[in-house]
Amino acid sequence: MLAKRIIPCLDVDNGRVVKGVKFVEIRDAGDPVEIARRYDLEGADELTFLDITASSDNRATMVHVVERVAGEVFIPLTVGGGIRTLEDIRRMLNAGADKVSINTAAVFNPEFVREAAEKFGSQCIVVAIDAKKATPHPALSQGERGSSCWEIFTHGGRKPTGLDAVEWARKMVDYGAGEILLTSMDRDGTRVGFDLELTRAISEAVSVPVIASGGVGNLQHLADGIIDGKADAVLAASIFHFAEYTIREAKEHMASKGIEVRL
Amino acid sequence: MSTVAVIDYGMGNLHSIGKALQHADPQTRVVVSSDPGQLREADRVVFPGVGAIRDCMAALRNLDLIPLLAELSASKPFLGVCLGMQALLGESEENDGVSCLGLLPGRVVRFAEDLRDGDGQILKIPHMGWNRVHQTSTHPLWEGIPQDSRFYFVHSYYASPTLPGQIAATTEYPVPFASALSMGKLFAVQFHPEKSQAAGLKLLANFLQWNP
Repeated sequence: MLAKRIIPCLDVDNGRVVKGVKFVEIRDAGDPVEIARRYDLEGADELTFLDITASSDNRATMVHVVERVAGEVFIPLTVGGGIRTLEDIRRMLNAGADKVSINTAAVFNPEFVREAAEKFGSQCIVVAIDAKKATPHPALSQGERGSSCWEIFTHGGRKPTGLDAVEWARKMVDYGAGEILLTSMDRDGTRVGFDLELTRAISEAVSVPVIASGGVGNLQHLADGIIDGKADAVLAASIFHFAEYTIREAKEHMASKGIEVRL
Repeated sequence: MSTVAVIDYGMGNLHSIGKALQHADPQTRVVVSSDPGQLREADRVVFPGVGAIRDCMAALRNLDLIPLLAELSASKPFLGVCLGMQALLGESEENDGVSCLGLLPGRVVRFAEDLRDGDGQILKIPHMGWNRVHQTSTHPLWEGIPQDSRFYFVHSYYASPTLPGQIAATTEYPVPFASALSMGKLFAVQFHPEKSQAAGLKLLANFLQWNP
């Protein structure tokens, strides 16, 4: 049967891999091509590159990174960050990316997701959702507060949108998203584990695969994301970058919990 | 030096497969082309493709490649990949029904809604990720690839060939479907060898050595 995937994520700033804590402090972790090669050898199922460079001048740097990685590493590559136009997508696919991840641009213009899926196929359109648990309005009664809900944020988690995460995920799938990359803003960089309630809510709401992200601090967190969060894939950055664990160890741990993985 | 041509008809990412073929055998010349002359001159042909079948068939028609595909697939080693496999069959259910090339008898059908695994979990569509490929025939393209190796898939439709003898491999999601087909000089795979790491590169290297 189909294996659950482990996807190391490389946050790239101006051609270097970095990892922020709660999207702020940034530590340098090395050369993207070198790290990609290492992950591939360790058995990564896919790689995701997030271009966190703010300025568009450095976009060409990212294209170059993707080209170099794609020439050496033959597993699926996803590129996100600053994907706003069909031309951005074409450029990344031509550089060797297999999928692009769209976040902010989808929120401001959902039609962009539809156009992108029609043009390039749903299989290469990932919609990234950054969600944060919403505090119920104090005026609501206990009954009205009901079950949990989460709000979508854009701009690397800085701007609230007022959109409900579960509804948004459903809408993006209707518009042609082939996969959802779900990040809990509450957990990102905290190393206390995924927001499992959020992950499960989204995964059960949509027909396409969901990648859980944000908060992984140990190997059990990865297994929890699959078993309790019902995710199809788990994404992590820092636990792999600083060589605390190898991908292989992560897979062996998941396999020991009865999860089907590619070893 | 032998040459492999990757058919360029505007459907999806041909760079990946070009790069993987080059990596699989640095001695082979890889050309990406829609020019009939170049395709005929090549020793081998790869027919890739991602996206929707209607666009795929329209693009092939616009470039006048349909008769040429029949000729190439009969005359030289020919590898169909993903949508390039599906297009070889008679017709596809996708886009409300589309007539395909008809080079392999059979149809292309969608995974059923509400598929569940052994634990009752709903299976997502597209079928995306690494799944086992069970070789059902010995074939030079499987040379050196362990039985039940995992390859990378991403698709919502799959080939349902009329002739079981043309099935070269099956994959379960959760029911078995044909993940590879073969007929004479033609071999076709639903998975992406160019994205399937060592096993995929081995299959491409085997293809580049294959002399049926």
